[in-house]
Amino acid sequence: MPIANHHSSVPVIVDEDKCIADKGCTVCIDVCPLDVLWINEDTGKAHMKYDECWYCMPCEADCPTDAVTVNIPYLLR
Amino acid sequence: MEINNIPVIDTDILVIGGGTAGPMAAVTAKEQNPDLNVMLLEKANVKRSGAISMGMDGLNNAVVPGHATPEQYVKEITIANDGIVHQPALMAYATRSFPMIEKLDSWGVHFQKDETGDYDMKKVHHLGTYVLPMPEGHNVKKILYRRLRRNRVQIENRYTATRLLKDPDGNIAGMIGVNTRTAEPIIIRAKAVIMATGAAGRLGLPTSGYLFGTYENPANNGDGHAMAYHAGADLANLECFQINPLLKDYNGPACAYVTGPLGGFTSNAFGERFIECDYWSGQMMLEFFKELESGTGPVFLKLDHLAEETIQEIETVLHTNERPSRGRFHEGRDVNYRQRMVEMHISEVGFCSGHSASGVWTDETGATTVPGLYCAGDMASVAHNYMLGAFVYGQICGESAVEFAKSRREPVLDEAFIQTELERIQAPMKRADGIPPEQMEYKVRRLVNDYLQPPKVTRKMEIGLERILAVREDLPQLCARDPHELLRAMEVQSIIDCAEMAARASLYRTESRWGLYHYRVDYPEQDDSEWFYHSRLFKDENGQMASGKRPVADYLVPLGDEKDAYRKMRVQKAANA
Ligand SMILES: Cc1cc2nc3c(=O)[nH]c(=O)nc-3n(C[C@H](O)[C@H](O)[C@H](O)COP(=O)(O)OP(=O)(O)OC[C@H]3O[C@@H](n4cnc5c(N)ncnc54)[C@H](O)[C@@H]3O)c2cc1C
Ligand code: SF4
Ligand code: SF4
Repeated sequence: MPIANHHSSVPVIVDEDKCIADKGCTVCIDVCPLDVLWINEDTGKAHMKYDECWYCMPCEADCPTDAVTVNIPYLLR
Repeated sequence: MEINNIPVIDTDILVIGGGTAGPMAAVTAKEQNPDLNVMLLEKANVKRSGAISMGMDGLNNAVVPGHATPEQYVKEITIANDGIVHQPALMAYATRSFPMIEKLDSWGVHFQKDETGDYDMKKVHHLGTYVLPMPEGHNVKKILYRRLRRNRVQIENRYTATRLLKDPDGNIAGMIGVNTRTAEPIIIRAKAVIMATGAAGRLGLPTSGYLFGTYENPANNGDGHAMAYHAGADLANLECFQINPLLKDYNGPACAYVTGPLGGFTSNAFGERFIECDYWSGQMMLEFFKELESGTGPVFLKLDHLAEETIQEIETVLHTNERPSRGRFHEGRDVNYRQRMVEMHISEVGFCSGHSASGVWTDETGATTVPGLYCAGDMASVAHNYMLGAFVYGQICGESAVEFAKSRREPVLDEAFIQTELERIQAPMKRADGIPPEQMEYKVRRLVNDYLQPPKVTRKMEIGLERILAVREDLPQLCARDPHELLRAMEVQSIIDCAEMAARASLYRTESRWGLYHYRVDYPEQDDSEWFYHSRLFKDENGQMASGKRPVADYLVPLGDEKDAYRKMRVQKAANA
């Protein structure tokens, strides 16, 4: 069975100007219980790669530069 | 030793799941004997994993001297759970509950105290007083993590366990799993294993349709239940579903334990109280469900009558702790507790002993029916255990596992079994196309909602089971593009197992019990003559899913006159009302 890609708007936003992932930070990626934050290969910054979020907020609470904002996923908003 | 070029890792005690019960089990094992190798394996990262990832706002079931006795607690929970409990296990919890609070207190977990320095207990339950607020409870995980490091527990993050291993005599021998970022398998040999993988929270589908909008932390998808089943352990009372009263569309409790003691309550559309007691029980949920479906529904959390400072206090607790995104949810809809009641709904169904009573059968020592395998927390069968129960049973299991491992030599591994499991793990990534885990998961969970969610109807559940088994037939097409999707692909297989278990367990018990949790419309009465038993679910000699009955152990505490207290949940209207 062939597979299609479908788009979805993700709840977690990373402010790329603030994110210091390029300096080696991986805090939000480390703490996420669902492992949905990854380094964006294009920008070297953290981003939400999978739309599988519990909006639980450790990523936002633990980010040393306040770069992360957790929004409520669109389906629930 | 190597199997398929994979080195076998040896440890004395293996703990699977590093949320709440798991860290306590690992620390306890080390406290018992610092020379033992104790490994804690976690699907996520123990720093922020599990139900208490962002802390917790209270102990729901604390037995504190001067406020309640262990006997009163055992009696209350027996009544709340319609008699089907293993009282020796409840008693073990009740007697250890206070020493555990003091231990946590000495570790730096803050509980609310009154002016005299006594624990500030609140009454939420129908009969006794058991709720202890912890408005500063957001640092629990940090404190646990410090203890793990101090006691030199070996931590393996980002590995998901997939199957338990047994030796030729049927004793536990370890586990096999896979790294969630690299897809590399891991084989661990252990003399004793403690599982604490939490509830089966990705069983039903939230009404929003968002797969990860579950009440439970979605990392808790029932892997432990599936692994225990495949290892031959008994599961108990799975038809006693977990169903919780939540905010509509938001997966935070509403919340009886925080707002109740401050004057908030669950109301109908007319702002009227309709349940006597907000403590979560099946009977309470049944009244909730009836109100929701009635002309006076839906159901609301009513706070708009409270004083400004009380509302501020509630907001501080509810918007910073446990489910801190709640404030954002309200903001997005322009909902303010001061101005209007907040719409509530019921959660998706799941298995969870923390909140109801379904799980892997464990006795008062935390032992399952597989020698050397112990279970603690939301996945074990001790009723209404909540967070403190997870800690207490983590501790009990830590002690029991150390005792079991003492006399044990290095277990013999079943290489053929490991081989088969490695193939199961590797299969989804070998397929270039097929069915992605997300679609398969959506489908099976949608079937759970359509056919298994109470009110339960026999013919519907039979169709549901048939449809769930049909999804199982699609497994050879399950595909994963990367290690992360492989994690989801392994998870969906546990979800299918749990869905089948939920259907079979529900079909087996031909009565209604536990209010809404097992409200079976075509068998509407509770039938103690036939069903005053724990139901068993297990893999029989032919590898088939089978059911049976386990007698309820003699009560340590008789129920007396109060035995029907939880049947009288609905507020009685005055005759002239
Ligand atoms: C939103 C919410 C609010 C709550 N509020 C309260 C409250 O106010 N008071 C109270 O007393 N109780 C409360 N509870 C209940 C309490 O939090 C739980 O009963 C308790 O934390 C359960 O502990 P646990 O160790 O069983 O599970 P968890 O702490 O959830 O830990 C399970 C761990 O297992 C890991 N895991 C799962 N599968 C695997 C696998 N295959 N391999 C490796 N690891 C795996 C998970 O990642 C997770 O870290 C609440 C629960 C929730 C969800
Ligand atoms: S924690 Fe903050 S700074 Fe670090 S990688 Fe994540 S977003 Fe960037
Ligand atoms: S809110 Fe929770 S699940 Fe979502 S990205 Fe942050 S840590 Fe991960």
